[in-house]
Amino acid sequence: MALLSIRDLVKGYPSEWGGLVDVVNITAFELQPGEQVLLQGESGSGKSTLLNLIAGIVVADSGEIVLSGENIISLSESARDTHRARSLGYVFQNFNLLNGYSCLENVELGMSFGAGADRDYALQLLARVGLANRHNYRPDQLSQGQKQRVAIARALANRPKLVLADEPTGNLDPTNAAIALELIQSLCRENGAALLFVSHDPQLLSKFGRFIDLAELNQAACLSSKGGGIE
Amino acid sequence: MSPVAMAFRGVRERRVSSIITILAVALACSLLMLVWAFKKEAEQSFAGANGGFDAVLGPRGSKLQIVLNALYHLDESPGLMKWKDFEQLTKYPAIEAAYPIAVGDNYRGYRLVGTVSDYLSKHSYAEDRNFEVEEGGTLFEEKSMNAVVGNLVARRLGMEVGDTFHPYHGLIYNESAKHEEIYTVTGILKPTGTPADKVIWIPISGIQTMSGHDPKAATDISAALLKFKQGANMAGFQLDMLYNKQGNRLTLAWPANRTIVQFFDKISWFDKILQAVAALVAIIAGGSILAILYNTMNERKRDIAVLRALGAKRFTVFTISLLEAVGMTLAGVVAGFVVYSVLGFAIGEVVQRETGVLLNPFTGNAAMIWAPLGMLGIGVLSGLLPSLKAYRTDVSKNLS
Repeated sequence: MALLSIRDLVKGYPSEWGGLVDVVNITAFELQPGEQVLLQGESGSGKSTLLNLIAGIVVADSGEIVLSGENIISLSESARDTHRARSLGYVFQNFNLLNGYSCLENVELGMSFGAGADRDYALQLLARVGLANRHNYRPDQLSQGQKQRVAIARALANRPKLVLADEPTGNLDPTNAAIALELIQSLCRENGAALLFVSHDPQLLSKFGRFIDLAELNQAACLSSKGGGIE
Repeated sequence: MSPVAMAFRGVRERRVSSIITILAVALACSLLMLVWAFKKEAEQSFAGANGGFDAVLGPRGSKLQIVLNALYHLDESPGLMKWKDFEQLTKYPAIEAAYPIAVGDNYRGYRLVGTVSDYLSKHSYAEDRNFEVEEGGTLFEEKSMNAVVGNLVARRLGMEVGDTFHPYHGLIYNESAKHEEIYTVTGILKPTGTPADKVIWIPISGIQTMSGHDPKAATDISAALLKFKQGANMAGFQLDMLYNKQGNRLTLAWPANRTIVQFFDKISWFDKILQAVAALVAIIAGGSILAILYNTMNERKRDIAVLRALGAKRFTVFTISLLEAVGMTLAGVVAGFVVYSVLGFAIGEVVQRETGVLLNPFTGNAAMIWAPLGMLGIGVLSGLLPSLKAYRTDVSKNLS
């Protein structure tokens, strides 16, 4: 049984000239447990919106997103929050660490809204990403590469079934990008989490067993590339 | 990590503005308590420090001046009254005790009060409380050149039993106005928390016959302190009629403590100004919380969106924001108690030094409950709007 199953998913936004313009229009997509998939698409192809839909941050206009047997679209906002806190990890391009918190606390935040903070596990994760000796540092005391490693540890903190990674290597130099990618992939494997990795970097193709071109998957993006969508 | 811990991080993250807000709340809270609680305590302490007397009879003049001079040892005497008037008064059947006092001299700024030894040996200055001298001391005898020093004076001037001193003429210390007489300290009064602590007691004859005083006034006194017999409820009315309405030479201040209450009532306009200032500071403190949280909400939108992306519910981020406001207010209230304590003790020290009246800033007063609660209420109200903004934050728009 698929971990994630998307059917007839449509999400539109109001356009400048009135009416709704579809940003996401996906007929079918499936992700198996533990599978790692690279989702590639140009800027504006609806990548972030798709991830936000899967995360339950944005609500679809129609269709279904079934994650671990639950259709996210039919859940209340509060239930979607709980679902996100317990089943999903999220890695952002800009890391999105909170500056008022230490590295350790940032990782703990990743589990605070689900099962609850587990300091030992947070320390283990920081050790796993090579930052054991910097757990008391604040994000602004870290390099870009180190920040992304903290963000990766945070995404795995709630022992998620699925990790969504939105251009996580986009702001890193090639060396740190390679380290971050390797960490995300190996940590997901170690934790049995599936990975949906969004990037427009063609060099990452060889790193993933499965690759999906969002322009083909997303009918709205397809239209966009032909001049019919937003952008 | 609990919402409380997250709220603490938020307050710490904006530490400068948070500290300013906490100080504003502390100032407002302490001001509110000072204006209401401390003022009430001052009123009660002053009214209660009537020395156990029901009334004061003095020369014709202001009742307040007579009471301040005779009971609180402040202000000057409005004049003198004749000894025969005092003797006549003592024959009045409703009077349990009457003590003459005479003032007009000082020692290094501390007032010398002449009276009879019975005043210090027999009179109860408060319920079941009589004057006592510290170990090794005795009270003075009539017409002796001995003195009993109030506790506050003894502490300030370092006076001990056996010390001698020259009195100085007048109520204000003037080195060139030294009297020839030499008085010997025979006793130091134990603390009473009343104006009796801040004067030096000598036999009344000492003041009356001090070198340089007018010999014609050698039997005159400044005032008579009166205690009525229990149940003699009409005595005050009758003496008021006799001295204040029918007579024109003397003034009876009765009830003695009401004169002080009336004095506080007369300066109540000043209280109102202080109350308005305190209320204004409280509003400013509330506005400060609102402004800080609301203005920083734009830069905090990303943090809120991140928390939501990690699974925080709308109500959770609302609670965190509100807890920040409550936390700052609570810290301000605690700091307010500290400021109140420091100011209260400092003011109490000054008041005791100047008047002898002991003020306790921590006697139970409703203001010490409603002022902190009121500030908390203001804090919660001020935190509502920014918290609502946090509640409504659009996650997808604010996730960079």
